[in-house]
Amino acid sequence: MRNALSLGRLLAVSRKEVLHLRRDRRSLGLAFVLPAIMVLAFGWVISFDIRHIKMAVYDEDRSQASRALVDAFTSSSYFVVTGHLDRYGDAEPLLDRGAVRLVLVIPPRFQARLSGGGPAPVQALVDGSDANTATIALAYARGIVTAYASRAVLGARRVAPPVRAETRVWYNEELKSSNMIVPGLIAVVMMIIAAMLTSLTIAKEWERGTMEQLASTPVHPVEVVFGKLLPYLGIGMIDVLVTGFIGDVIFAVPFRGSFLFFVGASFFFLVGALGIGLAISAATKSQMLAIQVAMVATYLPSFLLSGFMFDVANMPTALQAIALFVPARYFITAVRGIFLKGVGPEVLWPYGLGMILFGIAGLTLATRAFKKEIG
Amino acid sequence: MTPGAADAGRPRPGFSPTRVREMVRKELRQLFRDPRMKRMLIGPPLIQLIVFGYAVNTDIRDTRTAVLDRDRTVASRQLVDALTSSGYFKVVSYFERPDEIVNALDHGRAAISIEIPHGFAAGLTSARGTSVQVLVDGTSANSANIAQGYANLIVQRLGLDLARRAGAAVPPAGVDLRARAWFNPDLKSRAYNVPAVAGMIIMMMGLSLTSMSVVREREIGTLEQLMVSPLRPAELILGKTLPVVFITMADLALVSAVAILWFDVPMRGSFLLLFTGSLFFVFAALGLGLIISAVSNTQQEAFMSMFFFFFPILILGGFMFPVANMPEFFQWLSLLNPLRYYLEFVRGIFLKGAGLAALWPQLLALVVMGPGLLALAVTRFHKTSA
Repeated sequence: MRNALSLGRLLAVSRKEVLHLRRDRRSLGLAFVLPAIMVLAFGWVISFDIRHIKMAVYDEDRSQASRALVDAFTSSSYFVVTGHLDRYGDAEPLLDRGAVRLVLVIPPRFQARLSGGGPAPVQALVDGSDANTATIALAYARGIVTAYASRAVLGARRVAPPVRAETRVWYNEELKSSNMIVPGLIAVVMMIIAAMLTSLTIAKEWERGTMEQLASTPVHPVEVVFGKLLPYLGIGMIDVLVTGFIGDVIFAVPFRGSFLFFVGASFFFLVGALGIGLAISAATKSQMLAIQVAMVATYLPSFLLSGFMFDVANMPTALQAIALFVPARYFITAVRGIFLKGVGPEVLWPYGLGMILFGIAGLTLATRAFKKEIG
Repeated sequence: MTPGAADAGRPRPGFSPTRVREMVRKELRQLFRDPRMKRMLIGPPLIQLIVFGYAVNTDIRDTRTAVLDRDRTVASRQLVDALTSSGYFKVVSYFERPDEIVNALDHGRAAISIEIPHGFAAGLTSARGTSVQVLVDGTSANSANIAQGYANLIVQRLGLDLARRAGAAVPPAGVDLRARAWFNPDLKSRAYNVPAVAGMIIMMMGLSLTSMSVVREREIGTLEQLMVSPLRPAELILGKTLPVVFITMADLALVSAVAILWFDVPMRGSFLLLFTGSLFFVFAALGLGLIISAVSNTQQEAFMSMFFFFFPILILGGFMFPVANMPEFFQWLSLLNPLRYYLEFVRGIFLKGAGLAALWPQLLALVVMGPGLLALAVTRFHKTSA
């Protein structure tokens, strides 16, 4: 029987873990470099504001009106006209090779139909293999054509359109992708890094046989779990600050909310994520297996089912139900709220509470798994 | 057959298939000793495929919409109906005051709001027209962008329609844009993403299994034992990689079968070509994994180094974000990325039914990079074990 918990023993476990970490210089370095690299890569590379889409034109009308329509496309920054086709059949090989994304086909008598009161049909052939880009490209094309049509038709008659939609975007006025990606990424990176740091630490001891030694000491399982967690919590919190700083300074993501609330929510989220990593580590006992489990348990849900890039609301009901149990989802909502909306505890308190619960759950899980294995 | 202990440590003559076979047997036994590992090789790829198939969807549906209707006329209700019946929007609440809208957006209860002003119906037929206010929550930039576009289009169309019915002298629709999507007529994201999952799984499995395997031996101390055995470095590497080749190719078959049979992803090209390209891509993944393994001292190091490569490779490969949409510098950088060629290759075969005539540049790149990386791994291995 072991006696009551002792802070001294807990800190001793932490000190041992720190020694391990300091000996493994590269892992320690990567623990700080990886989050920064991920934020930079995602922030720079992922962009939903698609511009300079390559397109070709097959103009059968060759009239003033058809040239004006093509001009409308070229003068927008969304499209670059790279070629004019002489035959309809030329469109296919271009799309096949991926040389252009869209082919605009203007049939004969376009101008005649337009001045006769329309509707004058035009055709857009779009490479649908990347559905997302295709959807966006079509939306841009529609916008350009609609604007052109109202200029062409209304301009002559001087009538205002019956309804205009006056759109304003809040929180992310220019619809910058990085404003959406970076706050979400902080959550994803934390989940991955946390699980990566801890998922091996207990499995390693099992593999090397040092777990037996640890078990024979008077250290209580709770002390092992908390002691092992502490150094990684420190690393994780530094990572949170580094990624937040990169987002704010390099990507100019506005930080409008409460810093204290941000740090608090991150703290509990990290505790939960580290706890899950420890639980995986204790249960698998093998580093190879721990890695596979950790990747599936952390990277996948926090990447896909968290609303990081894909709205949970658009998913099938079964996945939405699963997504209810993905902690990263709540953390992402909270972080975006703090960064972009500038809302604080008055709005986000349920999320703060959720993070605290997740932290407690992670610790409980880790302790349980560890106790069970150590018997 | 195998040379005796006297040969150990010297250059061993010849290349022995028997030694390789024994090494493969040892590896497989070690890998599957834990029955949970078996499940990990089948479960996660399937889970990933299914989650990607269902979750990755960038078109919008049922966007949570708040309405503030100050007009309360037949026309204003028709506008709301037009939005909801499109399937893109779903009204979650009707408000009376603007600050309620602010509140709903702040809490994330609504993602878009429509404010119809007083006198909307009357304005429709007037010469100056009328306007509605659309507020979009921009935190999800992509959905916001698409939702805003649809809202605009629906409002404009309905406006013309209503005005015409009210008897205003409204011009008919000027130009009618008819869209036709090639290769993927319904514009389903799934058809684009699911074949690519094969690439991600091969990369992930290949990297994680190989990068750990040599380091593990080093950590436990059994690498020394292997070194004093008559195994040559090339044999050791073959023994380490062949099991992983089997596993990743089996996973590829599994993933392709589920993609075609369950997700109805069109498979328009040749299976033989798919298999050939995949094999060379597997080599690239294994080579990279072995290089990581050769320069790492602990499994922890190997695991973290693996992620260091895995994420940039995944993102720059055009896995979810097409390379063509990236800044130019990263498009150039992605030329070094085997995943980029493999994804173009897989998507070309599945969606476009392209053959060798169209895909030879990608295949060539894979044929160069795969064996090249493996060869590099062998030389690294020589140095570290020497």
